[in-house]
Amino acid sequence: MGKDKIRINEEFYDIMPPEYRELVESGTYGKEGRGWKDMGSSKELIEEHSLCAGCPESMAFRYILASLPAPEDTVMVGSTGCTSLVFPHVAVHNIHSLFGNQNAIATGLKRALMVRFPNKVKDVVVLAGDGATVDIGLDMTLQSWFRGEKFTTICFDNELYANTGGQESGLMQKGFVAKMAPVGKKFDKVRLPEIARESGCQYVVNMTASQPGKVEKVIRNAVYIARELGPTYVQIYTPCILEIGKQSMEGLQEMRDSEKPTERFAYKEYITDEAKAYLADLDAKRKAKATAQLAAK
Amino acid sequence: MESTSVIGTANKKGQIFTEPRKLFFEAPRVPVFLTGSEVIKEAIRRASVDVMVAYPITPQSEAAALCGELFAEGYVGDYMRGESEFAVMSQCAGAAFGGARVFTTTAGPGTLRAFENFPMWAGARLPIQVIVTCRGINSPLSIQPDTLEISFLLDTGMMVWHAETAQDFFDWILMGYIVSEQPDVHLPLAVCCDGFFVTHTKDTINLTPADMTLPPYDPYRSPVPCMDMECPPVRMMRDPFVMKSNYISYATHASWQQEVRAACERSRKHTIPLLGGLIETENVDAEILIVASGTAVSQGREAIRLLNAEGLKVGLVKVKSLRPFPTEEIRQATKNAKWIIVPEFNVVGWLAREVRAIIDRNDRVIVGPHVAGGMTMPPEVIVEKIHQVIKAGKGELVHG
Ligand SMILES: Cc1ncc(C[n+]2csc(CCOP(=O)(O)OP(=O)(O)O)c2C)c(N)n1
Ligand code: SF4
Ligand SMILES: [Mg+2]
Repeated sequence: MGKDKIRINEEFYDIMPPEYRELVESGTYGKEGRGWKDMGSSKELIEEHSLCAGCPESMAFRYILASLPAPEDTVMVGSTGCTSLVFPHVAVHNIHSLFGNQNAIATGLKRALMVRFPNKVKDVVVLAGDGATVDIGLDMTLQSWFRGEKFTTICFDNELYANTGGQESGLMQKGFVAKMAPVGKKFDKVRLPEIARESGCQYVVNMTASQPGKVEKVIRNAVYIARELGPTYVQIYTPCILEIGKQSMEGLQEMRDSEKPTERFAYKEYITDEAKAYLADLDAKRKAKATAQLAAK
Repeated sequence: MESTSVIGTANKKGQIFTEPRKLFFEAPRVPVFLTGSEVIKEAIRRASVDVMVAYPITPQSEAAALCGELFAEGYVGDYMRGESEFAVMSQCAGAAFGGARVFTTTAGPGTLRAFENFPMWAGARLPIQVIVTCRGINSPLSIQPDTLEISFLLDTGMMVWHAETAQDFFDWILMGYIVSEQPDVHLPLAVCCDGFFVTHTKDTINLTPADMTLPPYDPYRSPVPCMDMECPPVRMMRDPFVMKSNYISYATHASWQQEVRAACERSRKHTIPLLGGLIETENVDAEILIVASGTAVSQGREAIRLLNAEGLKVGLVKVKSLRPFPTEEIRQATKNAKWIIVPEFNVVGWLAREVRAIIDRNDRVIVGPHVAGGMTMPPEVIVEKIHQVIKAGKGELVHG
């Protein structure tokens, strides 16, 4: 889809909702080099959200949407959970169907788009909670990686089932006392990033959403690599401030505290040699293009 | 994007996209002796399917694998084995959300494993076709024919048809897509059959030419947007319904559920001319009627032949579509009947329950005979049931 597809018939311009008009006027579909710095100067692809005030998921969501390399040709897949309260406000096509089946949906979707648009790139990006990714949907998460499906999986890891009120999840820390873990969680946080690496992911990152620039780079890499080579996985700490007893303004500090070098969300990246070479090649092409443009001027 | 624009052109296999009615009713038919599984393959060869997802479970495994051969030959756009029926049905959903014509098959435990997906398919208006080759549901473990699973499918919002023979199957798979994909229907369809009896037996089937195929699915005729970013993404709602306990939320959910059922009812006008009605009748002026679906119809027909030989006239109603349910048709067909016998291949008698719910004087419905767990139903069992009804002195019966 190019920007021409969202043009408004002049006759109807004045009756269109203002947010749609803004999307047409200053949305960043088709903008080369789009990124988090567009926020504030252009229309974001997320209109608003009904998450708790200050929920770090909302920040992460905005950074991700600002960083998708080609939102005009990206379809997102969500799952039930706090993220499903945001997707209805998102201006890229997105699918919510059931809880936990997101990687199966994405598998069918990506294949359909490849059959229907053999000469066009259509990116598929999954964004779901930790319960959806690791517990109820683990089978489908892993199987999509085993098969080498070409899409990106992003997990908003808030270390619990937030949307149902703070129950134990597989990504919860050991010992944490939560609903359904009344004497503390008995087993370790599931090591999904490592499992992802062993399951065929080309690029795996474990991080927090504290630094938009970092999120942008990771998301862009993850989408580019998935496009060409195979599955990519990004696990982002988006603390549920409500359930861990933090105030609205404390989310950022919580992320910063948890990404210290010895902490569980210290930035960790795994990339295959193939993916590394591919990114280097993309970079070289981008630089060559920029040099050529400069020379032409 | 107009699907009609491709009519008369060839696909990459050299098959000509043919106007559906022409394909169904005018194209020459060639008789071929095939198993039911092979018939499924032959229908899919002519169905312009974009994506098929498969998973092994008896008695559909053979058909699902044969369709894989079609993919290898280039007749199907993509084909994969999923990891479980739950995943398979979600993979089908993903492909349909992305605008593909989708096909899958399942049976018994697979149907139940997949279940959360079926109402989701209907609610999301995905015109997926699933073949359900009915078999027993555990426990104890069974792979034998049994139609219990159909009763679970009846309230999913999907269209549900029950084929009697492999010929029904061949025709209905192709016709099914045409009905499912109508803009005013746009619903998934379960084409059910009795496992083994239909899938694993050979029969002579009249096939359409292999070089003719259905026109492709046009996802832009869908009543809901296709998720391919080829049309403007809209902010779907101001407040996600799940968050709100308010009138708007209730009204939306209530009206959408009604709309899904209404869409199913609207399918009648497309189905009736293609299938020749939602039911088929023989001698419904008789005082005793057999009302059946699936292979129980064939057994009923045999029983009628035996009863005719005794000089007893018995009519037959073959129910082809279970959703939408042929309420008016069955009322009309049974209005003169004194006794309505409903033989079924399951323990609960769901068809008898359905018939009882919609006719007046429903004490006329004789529930059964039933067989379950894989047993066959000899026509003599139906004959015996009818003898019992007569012997019990229930009504005066006209011989002739
Ligand atoms: C089949 C099914 N089981 C359970 C639920 C209830 N449920 C809805 S959201 C949710 C938790 C989501 O947790 P997570 O994926 O971590 O997302 P979060 O809300 O934490 O962002 C659960 C258990 C459901 N909707 N469907
Ligand atoms: S419940 Fe937790 S994760 Fe969900 S919106 Fe509120 S703070 Fe965010
Ligand atoms: Mg969570």
